[in-house]
Amino acid sequence: MTIPFSYIIRNLVTRKVTTLLTAGGMALVVFVFATVLMLEEGLRKTLVETGSPDNVVVTRRSAGTEIQSVISRDQAAIVENQPEVAYGASNMRLTSKETIVLISLTRRDSDKSSNVLIRGVGQTGILLRPQVKIINGRMFRPGLSEIIAGKSIADRYKGAGIGEKLRFGKREWTVVGIFDAGKTGFDSEIWGDVDQLMQAFRRSVYSSVILKMSDPAAFQKLKVRIEGDPRLTLEAKKESVFYAEQSQLLSNFIRYLGVALSSFFSVGAIIGAMITMYASVANRIMEIGTLRALGFRRKNNLSAFLTESLILGAAGGIVGLVLASFMQFFTISTMNWQSFSELAFGFTLNLSIIIKSFVFALIMGLIGGFLPAVQAAHLSIVDSLRAA
Amino acid sequence: MENFSAPIVHIKNLTKSYRRGGQIVSVLTDITFDIPSGEFIALMGPSGSGKSTLLNLIAGIDKPDSGTLKVGGIDIAILSEGDLADWRAANVGFIFQFYNLMPVLTAFENVELPLLLTQLSYKERRERVELALIMVGLSDRMEHYPSELSGGQQQRVAIARAFITDPVILVADEPTGDLDRTSAGEILAILDRLNSEMEKTIIMVTHDPHAAKTAHLIRYLEKGQLDVAD
Repeated sequence: MTIPFSYIIRNLVTRKVTTLLTAGGMALVVFVFATVLMLEEGLRKTLVETGSPDNVVVTRRSAGTEIQSVISRDQAAIVENQPEVAYGASNMRLTSKETIVLISLTRRDSDKSSNVLIRGVGQTGILLRPQVKIINGRMFRPGLSEIIAGKSIADRYKGAGIGEKLRFGKREWTVVGIFDAGKTGFDSEIWGDVDQLMQAFRRSVYSSVILKMSDPAAFQKLKVRIEGDPRLTLEAKKESVFYAEQSQLLSNFIRYLGVALSSFFSVGAIIGAMITMYASVANRIMEIGTLRALGFRRKNNLSAFLTESLILGAAGGIVGLVLASFMQFFTISTMNWQSFSELAFGFTLNLSIIIKSFVFALIMGLIGGFLPAVQAAHLSIVDSLRAA
Repeated sequence: MENFSAPIVHIKNLTKSYRRGGQIVSVLTDITFDIPSGEFIALMGPSGSGKSTLLNLIAGIDKPDSGTLKVGGIDIAILSEGDLADWRAANVGFIFQFYNLMPVLTAFENVELPLLLTQLSYKERRERVELALIMVGLSDRMEHYPSELSGGQQQRVAIARAFITDPVILVADEPTGDLDRTSAGEILAILDRLNSEMEKTIIMVTHDPHAAKTAHLIRYLEKGQLDVAD
C-alpha cells in the first residue's frame, strides 16, 4: 500500500492558488506545443489531400514545383499519349496540360496584396480532381475570358467573388463560378482555360501535365519510361507525393520553430513546477517525517511527491489541449515558400498530437517534481519531526 | 509472546552522539536499563538530557552508535532501513507533542493511515478505526479535519492512530505539552486505560511532573546518564 491518493489530491486542492498557477503555466506551454503540431498537421493535411493517389504530375526534371517547371507542347503531347493514361466518357483521355501563373491580388479586409496562383486547366482538368466541386455559378467556358475561383480566394480577395471582374494578362476576366475543393490546396487557386491564359500571358509552354492512370500500380513503369525518354527532360510523381513535398519546407519551419519555442517555454514551466514542489516539501517536512515514523518508506514519499507533480502536469496538459482544440475553428493563410503563393489551412487536432502533448505535459511535471521528491525521500525522520 | 518475566525493551551500554557544526556531541552515554512488558514509564529530565533521543532510539526512528537495543526480543539496531520501517509499522505506536496529524485527512483517515500498511480489507479497517475512535470518545468527529478539532481532540485522534495497529509499545513525546490542564488530564486518562486495560507498554517523555505521576515508573536522565528514582 502507498500513501493514499486522496492525501496527494487534497494537498493540491488545499494550495489552490499555487496549484492553479503552476498548472496554468504548464497549460500555456502545452497550448503552444499542441497548436504548433496542429498547424503543421493542418498544412500537411491540406497539401497531401490536394493530391489523388491515381493522378501523376509531370514536371520538368528537378523543377520541384509547377511554378519553376516548363514543358514544351511536343513534350506534353508525348506525355499525354502514354499507354497508362485512363480514358473517361466519350473515350476522352484523362489528362490536363496546365500552366501556372502568379498574380497579385488585394485583400478584402485590408489594402495589402498577396500572390495568388492562377491555374490554366484543360477540359478534363476538373474531372481529374473529383474533390473540386462548383458550389456557386458554373464552370468557365473554353475560349472565353472566364475564370472560377476557389472558395478561400473568393472570400478573401477583392474582385474574386462571383460576378466580379479581375484584371490580369492585359484582359478583364469574369468570375463565373466558385468552387470548393474540400479544404485542399486548390481552394487557394483560381482556374481558367489553359489556352486563354497562355495567350494572355504570351506563353508558349505548359507548367505541368496531369494524368490519371488506369491502373495506379503501373506508376513505376510509367515513371521509368518518362524519365528514361531522351526527348523528355521531365520527371513524374504521384500527385499525393508531389503535394506532400510542397509542404515540406514550411512544415519543417513550423515544426522546428514550434518545438524550439515550446522547449524554451517549458524550461520556465518546469522551474515553476519545481518551485511549487520544493515549497510543498518544505511545508510538509513534519508530515513526511510522521509518515516515515508510521512505517511508510522513502519510496512511498518519493512516489507521493512525484505523483503530485505528475497530476500538476496532467492538469496542465488537459487544460492546454482543451484550449488548443478551439484553434480548430480558425483558418490561417500564409505564403507557401515552395509555390510562392497564398495557401489557406487550418489547425488539425488528431490522436497523435493529443498523445504527444499529454506526454510532453507529464514529462514537464516529472522533471519539475523529481528533485523536490528526492529531497522529500531523503530527509531523516528525526530531523523532519524536529521541524514541527 | 509477551512474557512478564522478560523485558519488552532491553538496553545495554547504549551510546549515541551527534555531529553538530563539526563537533561530536555525546547525547547518551553507556545507558543500560530494561523496561518490563506492560509497564508505563515516564522519562524525565532537563532539556538536552537525551530523553527524546532515547525515545527515538527505542521507537526505531534513529540508530545508536553502539550498544544493544532489543525491543520485543528483536535487535532493532541491526535492522536495515526498510526492515526497520516494517518493524515500526507493526510494533510501535507514536504520540507526538504537536499531534502530527495530516491536515488534509479527516480524523477517520488519519487513524486509518497505519492500517494502509497492513493486509486488512477496507471493511476490516473501517471497523477497527470506528472502534478506536469510539474508545477515545470521538465517534461523532470521524469526518472532521484536524483544523476543526480542539488540541485535546486532535491528540485523541493521534492516540487512536497510535494503537490502531495493536503495537507492542507506545512511545509518547510530551503528549500533554501543548494542552491545557483539562485536556491533558483526559489524554493521561486514555493512556492510563491503554496501559491498564489493554496492557500496552507505554514510554512517555515529559517535563510535566503531573503527567509523570500517571506513569508507574519514572526515570530521570541527566547529561545522557540515567538516574534511578522511585
